[in-house]
Amino acid sequence: MNPYIANTPLEVQEMLKVIGVKSIDDLFVDIKHSLRPKSFDLPEGLSELEVVRRVVSMGLKNNIHLVPFVGGGFYDHFIPSAVDALISRGEFYTAYTPYQPECAQGTLQSLFEFQSSICTLTEMDVANASLYDGGTALYEAMMMAIRLTDRTKIIMDGGVSPIYRKILKTYTSHLHFEFIETPVIHGQASREDILKHLDDKTAAVIVQNPNFFGVIDDHSDIFDQVHKVGAMALSSVYPVALGLLKTPGAMGADIVTGEGQSMGLPLNFGGPYLGFMAARKKFIRKMPGRIVGETLDGQGRRAFVNTLQAREQHIRREKATSNICTNVSLCAVQSAIYMSMLGKEGLKELAQLNLQKAEFMRQELGKIPGVIVKRSSPTFNEFAVVLPKDASVVVGGMIKKGFAAGFPLGRYYPGMEKYLLVAVTEKRTKQEILDYIKALKDVL
Amino acid sequence: MKLIFEKSVQGRRGFRLPASDVNVKAEIPAKYLRVNDAQLPEVSELDAVRHYTHLSQKNFSIDTHFYPLGSCTMKYNPKFTEGLARVSSFMNLHPLLPQLEGGETLTQGALEVLYDLEQLMCAMTGFDAFTLQPLAGAHGELTGIMLMAAYHQSKGNKKKYIIIPDSAHGTNPASAAIAGYETISIPSDKNGNMDLAKLKEAITPEVAGLMMTVPSTLGLFENNIDEIAKLIHGVDGIMYYDGANLNAVLGRCRPGDIGFDVMHINTHKTFTTPHGGGGPGAGPVGVNKKLEKFLPISRVIRRSNGQFALSYDFPDSIGYIAPFYGNFGLLIRAYGYILMLGKQGLIDTTNHAVLNANYMKERLKPYYKLAYERICMHESVFSATLQADRGVHAIDLAKYLIDQGVHPPTVYFPLIVPEAIMIEPTESESKPVMDEFIDFMIQADQLSKDNPAVFKDFPKTMPISRPDEVKAARDIKTSFFHHS
Repeated sequence: MNPYIANTPLEVQEMLKVIGVKSIDDLFVDIKHSLRPKSFDLPEGLSELEVVRRVVSMGLKNNIHLVPFVGGGFYDHFIPSAVDALISRGEFYTAYTPYQPECAQGTLQSLFEFQSSICTLTEMDVANASLYDGGTALYEAMMMAIRLTDRTKIIMDGGVSPIYRKILKTYTSHLHFEFIETPVIHGQASREDILKHLDDKTAAVIVQNPNFFGVIDDHSDIFDQVHKVGAMALSSVYPVALGLLKTPGAMGADIVTGEGQSMGLPLNFGGPYLGFMAARKKFIRKMPGRIVGETLDGQGRRAFVNTLQAREQHIRREKATSNICTNVSLCAVQSAIYMSMLGKEGLKELAQLNLQKAEFMRQELGKIPGVIVKRSSPTFNEFAVVLPKDASVVVGGMIKKGFAAGFPLGRYYPGMEKYLLVAVTEKRTKQEILDYIKALKDVL
Repeated sequence: MKLIFEKSVQGRRGFRLPASDVNVKAEIPAKYLRVNDAQLPEVSELDAVRHYTHLSQKNFSIDTHFYPLGSCTMKYNPKFTEGLARVSSFMNLHPLLPQLEGGETLTQGALEVLYDLEQLMCAMTGFDAFTLQPLAGAHGELTGIMLMAAYHQSKGNKKKYIIIPDSAHGTNPASAAIAGYETISIPSDKNGNMDLAKLKEAITPEVAGLMMTVPSTLGLFENNIDEIAKLIHGVDGIMYYDGANLNAVLGRCRPGDIGFDVMHINTHKTFTTPHGGGGPGAGPVGVNKKLEKFLPISRVIRRSNGQFALSYDFPDSIGYIAPFYGNFGLLIRAYGYILMLGKQGLIDTTNHAVLNANYMKERLKPYYKLAYERICMHESVFSATLQADRGVHAIDLAKYLIDQGVHPPTVYFPLIVPEAIMIEPTESESKPVMDEFIDFMIQADQLSKDNPAVFKDFPKTMPISRPDEVKAARDIKTSFFHHS
């Protein structure tokens, strides 16, 4: 018997006797013979040692020796050991959704602290307790704007992550929304193109800061116009950058979403990640997902509960604000711990360090003949450069030299085949950057 | 307990970043900068460690308490799968690497895990293909319904309704509605099956499909599955299997064999990836040939030379539903668990889950009204109406159990059972643990006769007593900060 089944043969016999059947098979009488499996062709079980050995050896088939300069919204940041040590506590990770608040104050308070950190980071009033990832969070924000405005026209800046834009399109392809994507040429959001489409049928304008090209913007002027026509201003943000950048709250955003992976989560080949959402207080009853609220217990002590549950699917069913049930609580707690350890000063330093390393890389790249580094718009820790050759070919050459050199933009932006998106986090050293430059010169 | 923000002391630091080794001036123009610092707490590492350790101790969890939360499958989460998820060659892998030129060769191990897991899931469920992308069960449902919609669109079918039994999880109607369908709810009959007469009345050519949880949320195996499938297929409808309770039928039946066209699996239930206090989960979706071409992209393929690759070359695909390839960190745990258990281990798991549930049902039914008098699958549903008549409701019994050191069963779900108490012991629990729980339940019943008034004060042993939920919803406070 596998070690995760507790009963002994004797106990099994005692239990069968209580139930009044002869064998376990008798408990499956409701499954008619005609419904039995045609096959159940699975391998025989293995020991823990064998499974670990097998998975570790599969891991060796991944190349983990490349020095990473790939971002695209997902970044290689340092995570202090204490973060994993704390979320590895069984009391956190083997608990379930805090439906019984008296025996779940640990999860509930941690999530309240997460919401608070997101609020101060974005300068928004309220935040939920997480959504799956930054992309699905943006989709939820868009749906929320559609519900709130009772309009169905969406204007999305071309600088929003193409990965996210594709997700939004999939979810809405059958819903008859009007979807406008404004063009972007690796700079700030095109005011002209956005305002041209903005009208009183518009539900939301969606922007991203920094945008997919790493370009920083102040969207306040756009948001002002958005509000004049009764539409909603949505912004997708990169939380590390908010250590320095003007906040979406200060710009006048109505709903803010983002990917929290950069705040304490490993890259994990694409997930689990951490979608977050913050909004103006007046919109809280239309927000999707779980929200933790503070209240008092019978003795007047501070207590935390899942609140405003009447929005959610387990109460409201087909009229719910979203179908979401499981979110990513543990990732939110993980991020809350990371942000607590990072602290107010640490966040600023982290952002400054990212900015500085990227600037160093930018300057060094600019010295390579034929490489064009655009200076027209400010960037944070990621930026696009124009190479003299097809960027994907260059990246292929750089892999052989031991570098994941960046993300070729041609993959998502036809016509930009020579553009390479380069990310530099605090983990990259001066030497790694200089080695990269040397290798790039060889490849070019 | 104080919030971490209330423990903040100006100047205290939690961890140190490396000093900058590049001597360049980097400045962003002032108009793009924030004016006020984000007020993250300023604490030492030890402050943070103590704070969150103390917080964790305020939770009940599988590692510390019996957790018979029906429908949620709170089985033991093996420790070794935690280790697998932290193998650095997977954990630190950037998801964009395989999308680089020649990048597939950089992630062969990760792609192989995904490919293998898809194959294992096909073998277990009788389906032809899987996508591992959905990020939770409800996300899988939405994906499945979008596949259904794509199928109907491709055939030019004009469909409007999805049929859902009234015992379903709330995510079913919510997912259907979000995908643009109207829902028709079918009541359950006196045996807990779907009311066939009502179903027949509801079936019209405009029915897109039917979503069914098997076994149902009543813990019962629907007796008329084959007939229901025939009826739905008769109007070219799609049969959707909600795999929330797949743990009850592994090796006993496969959704793909019994008339279903599409399903999702909750890895955090059947394949015991940790629930994490409410996620992250993973919701792989399986389909038969009818729906395969609509699966989301990218898909993991195996080339003739044995190499694994991502393919986007599926013109009928519904497109992107997630940023990458699913919640890999959870999928690798499920993969390890399935490999370790193997064929017989999976069958044993189902056998013992069902054995344990029936044992508890038999022991408790002299004291609590059983909602449906028949053999149950992995869970059973009681109705605390006898106790409620004495003034002790399901929620009061739940709070009593908390004081006994047991996480309460699911209460008030399924919605169709008054005062529902839904008990799922799982295969991980031993008879003595269940017996102790049964004793608590018997004592609670006795106490409901002797002194029902005391229940209002339970729980008494927790860090808090019952919180004022009305106040929480009225005086909304969801952040330590006020920005409005």
